[in-house]
Amino acid sequence: MAKMNMLQAINNALDLAMAKDSTVVCFGEDVGHFGGVFRATSKLQEKYGKDRCFNTPLTEQGIAGFANGMASQGMKPVAEIQFADYIFPAFDQIVNETAKFRYRSGNEFNVGGLVFRTPYGGGIAGGHYHSQSPEAYFAHTPGLKIAVPRDPYQAKGLLLASIASEDPVIFFEPKKLYRASTGEVPEEYYEIPLGVAEVMQEGKDVTVLAWGAQIEICQKAIEMAAAQGISCELIDLRSILPWDVETVVKSVTKTGRLVINHEAPLTGGFAGEIAATIQQRCFLHLESPIARVCGLDTPYPLALEREYVADHLKTFEAIVASVKF
Amino acid sequence: MTNPNNATISTVHTAEFTSGHALQIPTLRILQDDGTIYPGAVAPELDKETALKMYHSMSFIRVLDERMLAAQRQGRISFYMQCLGEEAATVGSAAALDDKDMIMAQYREQGALRYRGFSLEQFMNQLFSNEKDLGKGRQMPVHYGSKDIYYMTISSPLGTQIPQAAGYAYAQKLRGLANVTICYFGEGAASEGDFHAGLNMAAVHKAPVLFFCRNNGYAISTPANEQFKGDGIACRAVGYGMKAIRVDGADILAVYQATKMAREYALETNEPVLLESIAYRLGAHSSSDDPSGYRSKEEEEQWRKNDPISRFRLWLLAKGWLDDEADKAQIEALRAEILDALKVAEKVAKPGIEHLISDVYAEPIPELERQLAELKAHIRKYPDAYPITSGRMS
Ligand SMILES: Cc1ncc(C[n+]2csc(CCOP(=O)(O)OP(=O)(O)O)c2C)c(N)n1
Ligand SMILES: [Mg+2]
Repeated sequence: MAKMNMLQAINNALDLAMAKDSTVVCFGEDVGHFGGVFRATSKLQEKYGKDRCFNTPLTEQGIAGFANGMASQGMKPVAEIQFADYIFPAFDQIVNETAKFRYRSGNEFNVGGLVFRTPYGGGIAGGHYHSQSPEAYFAHTPGLKIAVPRDPYQAKGLLLASIASEDPVIFFEPKKLYRASTGEVPEEYYEIPLGVAEVMQEGKDVTVLAWGAQIEICQKAIEMAAAQGISCELIDLRSILPWDVETVVKSVTKTGRLVINHEAPLTGGFAGEIAATIQQRCFLHLESPIARVCGLDTPYPLALEREYVADHLKTFEAIVASVKF
Repeated sequence: MTNPNNATISTVHTAEFTSGHALQIPTLRILQDDGTIYPGAVAPELDKETALKMYHSMSFIRVLDERMLAAQRQGRISFYMQCLGEEAATVGSAAALDDKDMIMAQYREQGALRYRGFSLEQFMNQLFSNEKDLGKGRQMPVHYGSKDIYYMTISSPLGTQIPQAAGYAYAQKLRGLANVTICYFGEGAASEGDFHAGLNMAAVHKAPVLFFCRNNGYAISTPANEQFKGDGIACRAVGYGMKAIRVDGADILAVYQATKMAREYALETNEPVLLESIAYRLGAHSSSDDPSGYRSKEEEEQWRKNDPISRFRLWLLAKGWLDDEADKAQIEALRAEILDALKVAEKVAKPGIEHLISDVYAEPIPELERQLAELKAHIRKYPDAYPITSGRMS
């Protein structure tokens, strides 16, 4: 075990993956010699050479298309999109190409092994172009897998599983936690399976569900609730696509209540999908309406960030309202 | 014979490549380092008032950049980007335009913005995202914009303004306006797909745009030689059937002359022109960046000698349009003025909570009104957690 922050854990995962498998290649804007603007690919070019870790021209659609091409040849590109806010020039390549490569060719060709890593989320005074959480756009795209880690241990295991996956994965990294989140991480190779949620804390009154940086927020809210005698069950969804319906169903069947928290705006957010599925599967067990604590239906603000975000106080209020319903 | 391919066919009978570097575009230089004009060059016609406005815009930006980077270091603003080394490129080009020509910039063009007349207070209000900011405190520092002075609000996603400039200029043309659009972007942003889309559409649809590429050698850490393999950016114009000109971006007279000529041509023919300024990003990419990780001090020092301001200053002094002592005193006064404006702007309140939902649509939709009401009730319950807004809610 070693103490690492999330960036170090990601760097360590990339290092292990490249050492283990010579078809793993990392690239993106400023990813080479400099090691990426957040330094997630630090030293990888030094270690594995310019052919396997390199800067690309400044073109996300190019990066995604190039990654599709490499993956279709059988290699394992791990492409960095510098900010999730800048993934949209690559939307066509990802949604129409990455996601449908296998399906459209009858599995003559596929881009399994392809991973897009991208920092997402707010809390860094980044305004609307350095704070977005675009997971729901991609969750609406069959053929993609999506994972979001909450801490360094999760980041390493989920990233290694993404690289090993036979399907293309978008790996959203909560940049707010890059340096802020630290923890013990095994130095050796390990995977955390995609599509499996984790019950982080058991409880009986209400299920609280989140992913990525919002887990921390929910933990605060749960502590406040505990002080009022409310017992919360906390679930980290970890994978948005596919998402672990059974774990959530089991929990809500027990607690009868569900509060979902995400950073992205409410309308069209992934919480809506979860709520629809859970009300169908758990209808007779529900004691209160499923609550969503999310960003407002506006672009991510700058000066009024604190007001906008799905913070612990809003989450706490939703937990109390759910229990008192 | 018709020409369905829209390509000139001159036939050869032995296979031969055309070199990828067949075209080399020369760099226009007028002003020498010592402030004199190159032998054989002719200085553009410039009256004293315009020349001084150009100079003062450059020195204003130099002092502002210095002060605001320091303010970022002190934690007073969250982020900053300097124009250092590219003052002449941005001021010289803006000076060659009409006041109603649209400017669509990338983010490092505060020189153009200042020349257009953006006031010190307006700079500060944006940088502090306070309630007087024209952009209502919504964007990170340096994302300026002002309809009054025809300066389109900056958008962080790179390259997006390039096809927009083509559309804007096409609309100017359809409206019968005697104006052009200038579109600034970095040599890095020129790798985006939007570059191709924008230049091709402007050429095909005959839009009077000046595409102004600031080739400053770097896109964050990525040097230009890892960005593209062609000879700079200017030569790409030929692929679009567009005129091009390359200038020394530290030579304000060359920049001014080239832009003026391009503007006249674009207005006359409705054809776009691609300009390329060759300069050096002397500062870090932004306050979040440390260039020591990717380039040497020696390289920086070499380019520091190529200072765009001192060259022009020498020219003005020689012409007797500027007085050395008076200028030095004026710059000292400017320092104090900027610090005072900073202190005022940082105390101005942040935008009110209603601006959380304004401008998403022309009128807030009912769901947004509902969300705001819910938020206000929540803030009333926890006023201490939301100090910016809790005391000022109606
Ligand atoms: C679509 C998009 N991708 C990535 C970024 C992140 N980014 C901001 S500035 C920059 C480098 C731009 O370099 P260049 O265009 O040469 O302009 P310069 O900074 O040199 O003025 C990058 C990669 C962005 N803002 N938008
Ligand atoms: Mg550049």
